[in-house]
Amino acid sequence: MRRFLRPGHDPVRERLKRDLFQFNKTVEHGFPHQPSALGYSPFLRLMAIGTRSGAIKLYGAPGVEFMGLHEENNTVMQIHFIPDQCQLVTLLDDNSLHLWSLKQHGGASELREEHRFTLKGPPGSPPSATQITAVLPHSSREVLYLGTESGNIFVVELPSFRVLEDRTITSEAVLQRVPEDYCNRRSCELVEALREHPKNPDQILIGYSRGLIVLWDLQNNKVTHQFLGSQQLENLYWQRDGSKFISCHYDGSYTQWPVSSDNRQPEPLENLVPYGPFPCKAISKIYWQTTKNGLPYIIFQGGMPRASYGDRHSISVVHGSQQTAFDFTSRVIDFFIIFSSEPTAEFDDPSAMVVLAEEELVVIDLKTAGWPAVHPPYLASLHCSAITCSHHVSNIPLKLWERIISAGSKQNIHYSNMPWPIDGGTNIAPDPPQRDLLLTGHEDGTVRFWDASGVCLHLLYKLSTVRVFLTDADPNDNMNTLGEDEWPPLRKVGTFDPYSDDPRLGIQKIYLCKYSGYLAVAGTAGQVLVMELNDEDAEHVVDHAEADLLQDQEGYRWKGHEKLKTRDGPVRFEAGFQPFVLVQCQPPAVVTSLALHSEWKLVAFGTSHGFGLFDHQQKRLVFVKCTLHPSDQLALEGPLSRVKSLKKSLRQSFRRIRRSRVSSRKRRGGSGNALEVQEANAKFDQDALQEMELAPVQRKIEARSAEDSFTGFVRTLYFADTFLRDSSRHCPSLWAGTNGGTVYAFCLRVPPAERRMDEPVRAEQAKEIQLMHRAPVVGILVLDGRSTPLPEPLEVAHDLSKSPDMQGSHQLLVVSEEQFKVFTLPKVSSKLKLKLTALEGCRVRKVTVANFGSCKTDDYSENDLAVLTNLGDIQIISLPFLKLQIRYPCIRKEDVSGIASCVFTKYGQGFYLISPSEFERFSLSTKWLVEPRCVVDMLEVTSNNHVHTKSGMENAARKS
Amino acid sequence: EFRRFSLERSKPGKFEEFYGLLQHVHKIPNVDVLVGYTDIHGDLLPINNDDNYHKAVSTANPLLRIFIQRKEDADYSAFGTDTMTRKKNVLSNVLRPDNHKKKPHIVISMPQDFRPVSSIIDVDILPETHRRVRLYKYGTDKPLGFYIRDGSSVRVTPHGLEKVPGIFISRLVPGGLAQSTGLLAVNDEVLEVNGIEVSGKSLDQVTDMMIANSRNLIITVRPANQRNNVVRNSRTSGSSGQSTESSLPSSTPNIVANFLQGEEESDEEDIIIEDSGEPQQIPKAAPASESLESLTQIELESTQNGFLPSAEMNLNHSAGSIGMEHEVQDPDHKSLEEDGTIITL
Repeated sequence: MRRFLRPGHDPVRERLKRDLFQFNKTVEHGFPHQPSALGYSPFLRLMAIGTRSGAIKLYGAPGVEFMGLHEENNTVMQIHFIPDQCQLVTLLDDNSLHLWSLKQHGGASELREEHRFTLKGPPGSPPSATQITAVLPHSSREVLYLGTESGNIFVVELPSFRVLEDRTITSEAVLQRVPEDYCNRRSCELVEALREHPKNPDQILIGYSRGLIVLWDLQNNKVTHQFLGSQQLENLYWQRDGSKFISCHYDGSYTQWPVSSDNRQPEPLENLVPYGPFPCKAISKIYWQTTKNGLPYIIFQGGMPRASYGDRHSISVVHGSQQTAFDFTSRVIDFFIIFSSEPTAEFDDPSAMVVLAEEELVVIDLKTAGWPAVHPPYLASLHCSAITCSHHVSNIPLKLWERIISAGSKQNIHYSNMPWPIDGGTNIAPDPPQRDLLLTGHEDGTVRFWDASGVCLHLLYKLSTVRVFLTDADPNDNMNTLGEDEWPPLRKVGTFDPYSDDPRLGIQKIYLCKYSGYLAVAGTAGQVLVMELNDEDAEHVVDHAEADLLQDQEGYRWKGHEKLKTRDGPVRFEAGFQPFVLVQCQPPAVVTSLALHSEWKLVAFGTSHGFGLFDHQQKRLVFVKCTLHPSDQLALEGPLSRVKSLKKSLRQSFRRIRRSRVSSRKRRGGSGNALEVQEANAKFDQDALQEMELAPVQRKIEARSAEDSFTGFVRTLYFADTFLRDSSRHCPSLWAGTNGGTVYAFCLRVPPAERRMDEPVRAEQAKEIQLMHRAPVVGILVLDGRSTPLPEPLEVAHDLSKSPDMQGSHQLLVVSEEQFKVFTLPKVSSKLKLKLTALEGCRVRKVTVANFGSCKTDDYSENDLAVLTNLGDIQIISLPFLKLQIRYPCIRKEDVSGIASCVFTKYGQGFYLISPSEFERFSLSTKWLVEPRCVVDMLEVTSNNHVHTKSGMENAARKS
Repeated sequence: EFRRFSLERSKPGKFEEFYGLLQHVHKIPNVDVLVGYTDIHGDLLPINNDDNYHKAVSTANPLLRIFIQRKEDADYSAFGTDTMTRKKNVLSNVLRPDNHKKKPHIVISMPQDFRPVSSIIDVDILPETHRRVRLYKYGTDKPLGFYIRDGSSVRVTPHGLEKVPGIFISRLVPGGLAQSTGLLAVNDEVLEVNGIEVSGKSLDQVTDMMIANSRNLIITVRPANQRNNVVRNSRTSGSSGQSTESSLPSSTPNIVANFLQGEEESDEEDIIIEDSGEPQQIPKAAPASESLESLTQIELESTQNGFLPSAEMNLNHSAGSIGMEHEVQDPDHKSLEEDGTIITL
């Protein structure tokens, strides 16, 4: 039996396999899911982001990134860099502290967890006694001050995390000097803020939640000043010279306090409610930044009038008479200001504000008038509208690359041209071997073009298909309109906009020809657009054709959405990809497959009803073929409703996630609010799980028959120049595979170039193959006489590929969800097969031909199939003999959306979504590996701190 | 109508000749008939090939009673065990088959129409508590008809008894193949599918495996009811009215051989329609040196066309044209409706 003759014990092949294949998850692109904490080191010029799943990510200059994961997978609550060190401390929601450090290893820096520590109180004390609420890494780098819910401040030694009990600052000690009547009114409560004096490291400012603020002398262990605040305290900030500090409060006010040696208990200098007089929300964080010209920048988070703007996520910047309340579309997690950090500088002179919102990172240039946003080179919000599909194109010709960049640069004029301000570390990774594009289709009808060549996934250009259609939305919604007399002076910033005006605009399939610049895009309402790259703005009419895929099927009533209404007359398109023809499928069902042949100027598209071929040169429909099975009508009810209920349950669970996200406010005042929410969520999930377990889950075992529904669903389309009719003449052909295991082959007659416009393209059905196992056909491929997959259209014309072998006999590879089968051509007879499902119970979800080069010798490479199964495994299967080479577990099998989102590149890499906003990049190849490799050098940083890493600047400039 | 004639017991000849002789004796040369005889136990058994003809002749003692009936109004139920010793006269059954319509009887078709639907295999290598059942699925006339579910079973391990997840049969569809075999029952634990252990696999995975193997499904189960187990080396006591089990000894070697050779190849042949419009099964290509498969040329059976769903036959009509027009395939089309649910695969 074949299954006992498993290949793989040939030692030569085994060695070669080691030189070819290797599985690595290399880097995460995009924006971290559920960020929960932010930290910044002005010394290292590195930013750290923590997430609710316990991940911590460090970012510096483009290409400089590090990632760490806390074993506990608990929410990261706070991140603090140790001053002037390559170290940072994280606080998790289980009250544990973790010390991480960047250490060089093999030429590159690595982020490693060094120590962990949980503060323990005396036996019998309540947990709140040691619940950490504030962390202050002292500038001596030797100790950490830990403020707790009990009001006590513990001191631990670094890096050992040894508690220095004799140095504990108890609330009793603090209260000794505080007037009795104040003490009676309010006890200390928890420590809200700890701030070291900017000039005198022996003094720390301690803020308690009820409003009391004291300046504590570390040398003498006593309170030197007390500030009797009357409002619940949120945060504190020292002025640079240490003569004043500012406190912000729960009622939306902030207060300035003087610090001088003559008055030990001063009154506030100024108390202001910036958005009063009506009740305001809390100001949770505040900065006071001095400038040369004397006018300070006051920057604070929150403080909006409670009744009318209480739902806004805002950060206000006040500088003299200028005031803007930056309005974010998602909750603000935290923010920091980049300012001159050299101790010798007299003023802060802030240059940029970095805001971590729940769904995106926004950086505001504070030096340029109008405070424009800075275009981030990384941490792109992939999900600013939900991703509906993706398409990867390897090795983009330079010409096309430059044209796309130039089209994109015209879209980015409103961004600041400030170099990226977070520029620590040095990227030492070799330049990416080639230019790669990742195209993502979105729910709002846009296609985003990402530079996927290197570690930083960077937006190059955004294409919108909306202009072709008439929608309710105003296409010119300007983000930056600022009403003159508006109060508060809100200004929307950021790109995250999850609300789609019309789900029918959603992009479902993308196909880009990198040689010709033709792009085909197909959407949810059966729209297929063919576009051409134009470097200039243009106004033209989009030709419109309809493809009736039902043909004469009578009595069929489409109950789904209507097609999109098109705009009449000429439409103005900006430079970039401009649609010139729209093919509308009827019924307007979602387009399930798409293929473009730029040399023959043909586009093929398929839906659940059939498929069609359109000649975009002559703008003429060549043919359509209905694939609906007549008995489908009976079967429609069942599986459809099942699909629906699945969708529904998915949607519900998403909603649940969203709800929990909304309700889990950052834990303020240590009330355990977030913890409670989390517990409630966990309980809810557990209940749901139990419910699921109780429900009788059973599966029907039934052979698939032709009567099963959705058999007509067109899963794949493929153009090939091959021997379809006889072995002497090859001809263009179109292949289509359906959900019911049928493969149709059409013989095409494309007129020669000189008569291309005069003669029609003709098509004739030549073959139909019904796979007996009736599994959905997910891939069709023709192998030439050398058993090499046929090249892409125009690849040979551009001298980038050897012309296919037309002497030897061609072979047809049909990949269904269950089997791989090789057939001979032109007479179709089965030659070879590999069963997957029958033997392993897994099904093919994605399949691509990938080229694998050997890491040992430059001249050896081979083509194999890269396969992702429904269990999340990746398998490599050899061509043409269909032998399993290697298998790697990649995605959790429960992660349905991750598996559905996976795309492979032509050179053995791939991407899949690990969250709505993040792509995980992986590599199957030993040769093509894109992973961060960077150095953060202590010595270099120390010596060059004022001319901070020049190369980083250049990098940033080059990137933008 | 009775006839009496003699045959030479030592040289009975072929069944064809005997059949010709009967037709000649009864002067019914062009009428198809069924031939039966009563054996020593009084059972009416069919004669339709050389083997059972020879058996019949050899058991004649000395008289061989032959029953002949026209094929078109034959009563198949007349054959079988105890048919001749039933209270009712067999002859009246034969002559007046409408007697039987009062109480429905399971119709047993003629042996030449038989094909295996299920069998127990590998009895000799499996533990007695396990049963390996092969289900033969032909065409689409009868559903496999069973459901599986997740559950837990108790295993004996070095650390004592342990609860482990398992897959169980949860439901049998009445009239389905699984139920009609009598070899599978609700709560039987599924241990293997076509030789592959299911432990560690999810319900969906096992479902997919079973469906992918549905044309030739071999399931190893631990029956919930352990009382009907085959007791090895005592075949006589093993048959307690279970006809399937009593037929076991003879079928086992045959099936195992079949399992080894035919399992991979015979089960599925794709159908190809070339532009000539003639549907056919895809033959195997000539053996290629690199192929691991035992590539055997499969003969085409004319009956295989029966696999073709009607629509595909119809689709050929348009194959020659450019495909802009499409034929109405079903005149009495029912109204077909569809909801535009978006499915992302």
